[in-house]
Amino acid sequence: MHTTMETPATTTNLLHPSKRLRQRYRAERWFKRLGLLAIVLSLAFIAFLFFSIFSDGYTAFKQSYIALDVNFAAEEFTQAKLAHANFPGLVKKAMHSMFPEVDSRRGKKELESLVSPSAAYKLQDMVEEDPKIIGTTQKVWVLAGDDVDMLLKGKIDRKEKQSNRRLKDNQLAWIDRLISDKKLEQKFNWNFFTAGDSREPELAGIWGAVKGSFLTLLITLTLSFPIGVASAVYLEEFAPENKWTDLIEININNLAAVPSIIFGLLGLAIFINFWGLPRSTPIVGGLVLSLMTLPTIIIAGRASLKSVPPSIREAALGVGASKMQTVIHHVLPLAMPGMLTGTIIGMAQALGETAPLLMIGMVAFIVDIPGSITDPAAVLPVQIYLWADSPERAFTEKTSAAIMILLTFLVFMNSLAVYLRKKFETKW
Amino acid sequence: MKVTSILAAGALTLAITAPAMAARDYISIVGSSTVYPFATVVAEQFGKTTGSKTPKIESTGSGGGFKLFCGGVGVNFPDITNASRAIKPSEMKTCAENGVKDIIEVKIGYDGIVLANAKSAAPLQLTRKDIFLALAKDVPDPANPEKIIANPYKTWKEVNSSLPATKIEVLGPPPTSGTRDAFVELVMDAGCETFPSIKAMKKSDEKAFKAVCQTVREDGGYVEAGENDNLIVQKLQANPDAVGIFGFSFLDQNTDVIQGSIIEGEKPTFEEIAKGTYPVSRPLFFYVKKAHVDVIPGMKGYLAEFASEKAWGQDGYLADKGMIPMPQDERKKYGEVISSLKTMEMK
Repeated sequence: MHTTMETPATTTNLLHPSKRLRQRYRAERWFKRLGLLAIVLSLAFIAFLFFSIFSDGYTAFKQSYIALDVNFAAEEFTQAKLAHANFPGLVKKAMHSMFPEVDSRRGKKELESLVSPSAAYKLQDMVEEDPKIIGTTQKVWVLAGDDVDMLLKGKIDRKEKQSNRRLKDNQLAWIDRLISDKKLEQKFNWNFFTAGDSREPELAGIWGAVKGSFLTLLITLTLSFPIGVASAVYLEEFAPENKWTDLIEININNLAAVPSIIFGLLGLAIFINFWGLPRSTPIVGGLVLSLMTLPTIIIAGRASLKSVPPSIREAALGVGASKMQTVIHHVLPLAMPGMLTGTIIGMAQALGETAPLLMIGMVAFIVDIPGSITDPAAVLPVQIYLWADSPERAFTEKTSAAIMILLTFLVFMNSLAVYLRKKFETKW
Repeated sequence: MKVTSILAAGALTLAITAPAMAARDYISIVGSSTVYPFATVVAEQFGKTTGSKTPKIESTGSGGGFKLFCGGVGVNFPDITNASRAIKPSEMKTCAENGVKDIIEVKIGYDGIVLANAKSAAPLQLTRKDIFLALAKDVPDPANPEKIIANPYKTWKEVNSSLPATKIEVLGPPPTSGTRDAFVELVMDAGCETFPSIKAMKKSDEKAFKAVCQTVREDGGYVEAGENDNLIVQKLQANPDAVGIFGFSFLDQNTDVIQGSIIEGEKPTFEEIAKGTYPVSRPLFFYVKKAHVDVIPGMKGYLAEFASEKAWGQDGYLADKGMIPMPQDERKKYGEVISSLKTMEMK
């Protein structure tokens, strides 16, 4: 306080600011710098996150393949059903014929482990698709084992002691020979985008989870959007103002803050145990997630209805429109962009949710691609969680790649929300 | 207009995509997260080679699995539960009360529990007594073994003078985990019983015995690192003084960055665990509802796939994934249990 008293009358001279004024300027500069620092810090965290995910994950979009000359000899297919033929045996024979010098049992086993167990499935598919190839020899590119793939991606150190490496010295020599013969190559990993989950990292794909997420969100959207919009319209336009509507309003706000796992428990108790809907299916997941997104949509809907000026309503009513016509023809279309933004953000939230799905059994190993909302399915974040927990090293890159895909969807949905808001926003 | 059309579209989509609630045509499996990596391989192999639907496997933990499994008979309840321990009498009682009377118990193999640290540190040579002293909340007073005191040990050297003078910092699973149950039973109890005074207590006051032997310290020496074993492996790389507890398959996959501690002179290798000389290994099981075997399509095929030599055999694909196979005669015994669908005796 005493400084103000000491301040001479020159305070008003801006060319020679007083000590007090200089202090205030300095404080202001620091305040600005702090704000900037906060933004720089959070951007740095995001950049670090993106960098670490990208640098771990980009390799997952390529996968190593080995070229095999498979002899589909007719005598192998004497069984009544094609599926009963010894396809793993065909793969082994093809490997042995490439390295005829390997004759010990142990050596053969080490040799066979270079090829993914999925190679046999591929041969089976080929024969079932075109039985005419029986009796011929075909060059087939099959997936290499996950250890070979990790070596090619530089994630296994050749200089490490043999006992600490997952690939032995003789295996490294075979791999080098395959590479120089152009029989071991990295190709674009289409499989990752078309396959379901698998316990073999080289075979695991994201499509099952993407489709599961899509079906789940479809249910969520079809339920929560109409219900949310209807509730918002009723509460904002029609409901009388009394303690009951106050109570409802408080509870909607409360619901928006309830931890998501609680909705999972509710879903387990009502949808699965009481209604008897099948566990682990998108229909239950969608129901649970729509409970979770409803409050978000209602709150956003009410806010955008509120922002429509009363003059619009009054004008419509003035020319003789009914209350319902006013709302449907005039108020709702004007409020729609805001409502859609709220819905998209709610959907993006639902897309990233795992906790409530844990309770209703969607955190599960599911290989088959879900075909309908009553088939068991996983969703994207669940797939990430499951892969992150798998012991095989090669799942690390798959985890990061799945995160990249989930982030892409989220960024896309959020930008769509921003775009819609910018495009249809009306300034009054 | 817009709203009604959206409503109609929504109703239509629901009507198209929701077929009638049919009987389940895939196998539903729940249970232990330790058995999960093995059961999933079998399920995938079964689905891909037979063209049947691939079984759905949830990783709920052994206890959670039994809870769901014992909920009742019918398509809404799982057909099989995996477990990293045998079923408890109390769980059997729950099962029986809910009408789940005929249960088939199948042992599938073994899993070793390992203690490991980063390659950059020296390997530890431990005994179960050392581990007990390092991790228990209360230990016998070194001056007067009759008296139980709060755990005074801060470094491994204080526990056993042949160990390095690094801080005791062990990352392990939380109490909800089957790995933790097995660790407590196989390591802590065994280490605890090396003290004659505590061993005597087991007969006289079992509750107090359990309290001393099975309570893990909470002063920072033992860190509950969650169920994600990959995370523990990463933390070990970052902190060479820390020791982690997890299943053998994670050590097997990461031998270039971590090393298993030697326990009572035995290295945690595939061979030692399979021989039974490595002291910390436990059996893995699954339990099947007999009433479901003929109702749910593919049950017999899945069981047969699991019990085939190419799966659980000495050189089977489960061994490649880190499961320790059973000896020949045990495989034969449980193979017969599967083919004859022999149920357990209900107590």
